[in-house]
Amino acid sequence: MDITDFYDTFFEEAEELLADMERHLLDLDVDDPDSEQLNAIFRAAHSIKGGAGTFGFDVLQKTTHILENLLDHARKGELALRADLVDTFLEAKDIMHEQLDAYRSEQTPDQEAFERICRTLQQIALEELSSGTLEPGLAASEASAPVAGEQAPALSQASELAAPVDDVTSAGSDAGCLVVTLLNVGDKDRTLLVEELEQLGTIQSQSGDEKRYEVLLQGDVSADDIEAVMCFIIEPEQIEIRPAAAPAVAPASGAPEAAPAPMVASEKAPVSEKKTTAADTKASEKKAPAKKAATESSSIRVSVDKVDQIINLVGELIITQSMLDQTVSEMSEQAGASSGSLQNGMSLLQRNARDLQEAVMSIRMIPMEFVFSRFPRVVRDTASKLGKEIELITEGKSTELDKSLVERITDPLTHLVRNSLDHGVELPEVREALGKPRTGKLTLSARHQGGNILIEVKDDGAGMDRDRLLAKARENGLSVSDTMSDEEVFQLIFAPGFSTAAQVTDVSGRGVGMDVVKRNIQGMGGRVEIQSKKGEGTNTRIVLPLTLAILDGMSIRVGGETFILPLSTVLESLQPAKDDMYAMAGDDVVLKVRDEYLPVIAIHEVLDVENAITDPTKSIAVIVQGEGRRYAMLVDELVGQQQVVVKNLEDNYRKVPGISAATILGDGSVALILDITGLHRLSRVKKEAGKRVNNPSFSFFKEAEPS
Amino acid sequence: MNPTINEAVLAAEAENREFLVFSLGEEEYAIDILKVQEIRGYENVTRIANAPDFIKGVTNLRGVIVPIVDLRIKFHLDNVEYGGQTVVIVVNVADRIVGIVVDGVSDVMTLTPEQIKPAPEFGVTLSSDFLSGLGSLDDRMLVLVDIDKLLTSEEMALVDSTRKA
Repeated sequence: MDITDFYDTFFEEAEELLADMERHLLDLDVDDPDSEQLNAIFRAAHSIKGGAGTFGFDVLQKTTHILENLLDHARKGELALRADLVDTFLEAKDIMHEQLDAYRSEQTPDQEAFERICRTLQQIALEELSSGTLEPGLAASEASAPVAGEQAPALSQASELAAPVDDVTSAGSDAGCLVVTLLNVGDKDRTLLVEELEQLGTIQSQSGDEKRYEVLLQGDVSADDIEAVMCFIIEPEQIEIRPAAAPAVAPASGAPEAAPAPMVASEKAPVSEKKTTAADTKASEKKAPAKKAATESSSIRVSVDKVDQIINLVGELIITQSMLDQTVSEMSEQAGASSGSLQNGMSLLQRNARDLQEAVMSIRMIPMEFVFSRFPRVVRDTASKLGKEIELITEGKSTELDKSLVERITDPLTHLVRNSLDHGVELPEVREALGKPRTGKLTLSARHQGGNILIEVKDDGAGMDRDRLLAKARENGLSVSDTMSDEEVFQLIFAPGFSTAAQVTDVSGRGVGMDVVKRNIQGMGGRVEIQSKKGEGTNTRIVLPLTLAILDGMSIRVGGETFILPLSTVLESLQPAKDDMYAMAGDDVVLKVRDEYLPVIAIHEVLDVENAITDPTKSIAVIVQGEGRRYAMLVDELVGQQQVVVKNLEDNYRKVPGISAATILGDGSVALILDITGLHRLSRVKKEAGKRVNNPSFSFFKEAEPS
Repeated sequence: MNPTINEAVLAAEAENREFLVFSLGEEEYAIDILKVQEIRGYENVTRIANAPDFIKGVTNLRGVIVPIVDLRIKFHLDNVEYGGQTVVIVVNVADRIVGIVVDGVSDVMTLTPEQIKPAPEFGVTLSSDFLSGLGSLDDRMLVLVDIDKLLTSEEMALVDSTRKA
């Protein structure tokens, strides 16, 4: 097994630890720091350092080491915390994160940033700590000093914990001799072990056989360290260590410095090393809150692929179940009142299958907290950059959302938050002058609403200026009118290149972004709404489906074919009257629905369906809305609502215009899911192509009267 | 037994390739058996609008949406009928699963390297680019189709390489 197999685990763990560290740093009250939190921060740094050392990520290890030293002083109360120190720690955390990313993508971390943060941290150490308390370890780990492999507190601490019941385990003698006895160790392993020992000290003598092999080792090394190294190759029971001359040994104080253990270890036995770091995290501080331990043991890390596979299989099960259901009901119709137990069994199966599907889907769901947890930092940084005072309130952290959506919502949400901070909330002085509290309030909330999740970014800032937006829109050459509704006016900010910011700051105002935000959200099958009142604040609402894997659909029939419409796009359906339909120049037809003229798209034309109802007055018009565009879609028949499992067409085929995906119906056949916006585009393309050929089907409509 | 002879036989066998032989009209074609995932009947195909006529649509293969291509239409054969005898060969090419409709599947043949002749330059309907050769077997001639190349080619319009807005 290769050590690189463990990289991913380390990266994931380190990422979590960094996030933990950041959260605690942000929570930290500098005037009265909670020792529990300081410990937690220290622990995180410590664990990352251990791991980084093991895997040979020198730069990360050195950075963490310096930070860890400072944190150690802080938790011991030797270093007085200040807000600017916390900022520096946060910066260090960011740099560590960058380094981590660099290692992950197999690049070299930014040396400049590394040296800079090391200098900054050391500066703090020099200035803040009286020289007496400065540990030599700190000085030794200057940016340029070759640190890797010289320190391994992670290991030594771990071994302290993992130390078997042996009265000499903590014996560390300055230059004493130790007898290391290997029990039941094969030749091959023994050679390895002896090589290890040679690195730890001078081997005075060695003798013995497979059952019992004794090595007399001289050197400045503790039994713990030997054990820690050996554990990677053999079981702890197989080692016995005792002082050779049995001198009165001073108990090892604190975390003894280990010899080049990590280097050796990392080459030989990643598995046990992984365990050691884990054990280290968990147990290195006995004060660790019990709650943390509980959550660790009650969850497992599973790859998303596996979960998706289960979801797929359950989807199959549901389809098979409904096929079976259909057959059984057909059978019982033929056979009259046949076996009731079969019926019972079927309904039980149906219920169980549904429950199973729900349970499986919930695996993919993760709480919004994952997204929200990054915002305290974003708000803090942005606010201090802008000189604003902001209080961040998050609500509904436990609201659950599909993992893939959570990942994709983070960026748009960050953008919206920054926008709110920059454009929305006023400067403290301005706020005071307006009679508002100095501190602006930014509320992030998430909650379920029907089959959707509603995420709101709400501020109590200046709100949007309708007139200014309109003026700006005209300036940008967008077609607007004064009669537009507020909502339509506010949607203008999502137009590409639109910005009303008086000046461009490095936070926002470049006019790029809001359109991307909207596109991203639409890409997730969601929409954005803005409510705003001048002087009182703005509320941006994002409505997202709970998951992308299942869709609430309306099945429709055209000719002999069944299609699925996403229910979220359907506004209403009606039977069009002949009087309400008007032909426009060319072969376009519009339908008048309550004083609104909607373009009409006949599905059978766009998708070339045969045997469909061609007389619009006999078909059904479904009013649909997609990307702000509304039109009437002519279909033969509405079949009903149903939840469908979304299947990608592109896996084995290609993108089909007007079709977003496919699904499998209860009878095992495939139905295509219509793409509302794509159909509109497709209809335009088709009309253009067939312009010369006159389409007779709409010719009997009266001409639009000139207005 | 002489081990060297045995090895020679094995080596020769290793070079032999197995082909699935199917018929399109009067002609016999063959594809590498390792590409074939399964053979099933033609049923329940959902039409895809605005696709080339030889793409019959998509079907549900145990939860996977699989496109179905009718090679008879692609090769301009007459008498394209769908009935109980119509067979779909499900092949696995370029990480994709595609079903191809043929008139019938006859057998599996083993061809030695000597039996595989290079394909002559010909064909407008079926470019020789898509052929891996011609197999001669007594008095039969098998057209060996390079199914990978054929199905991923642009003219099959199965892959999104030439995606248009």
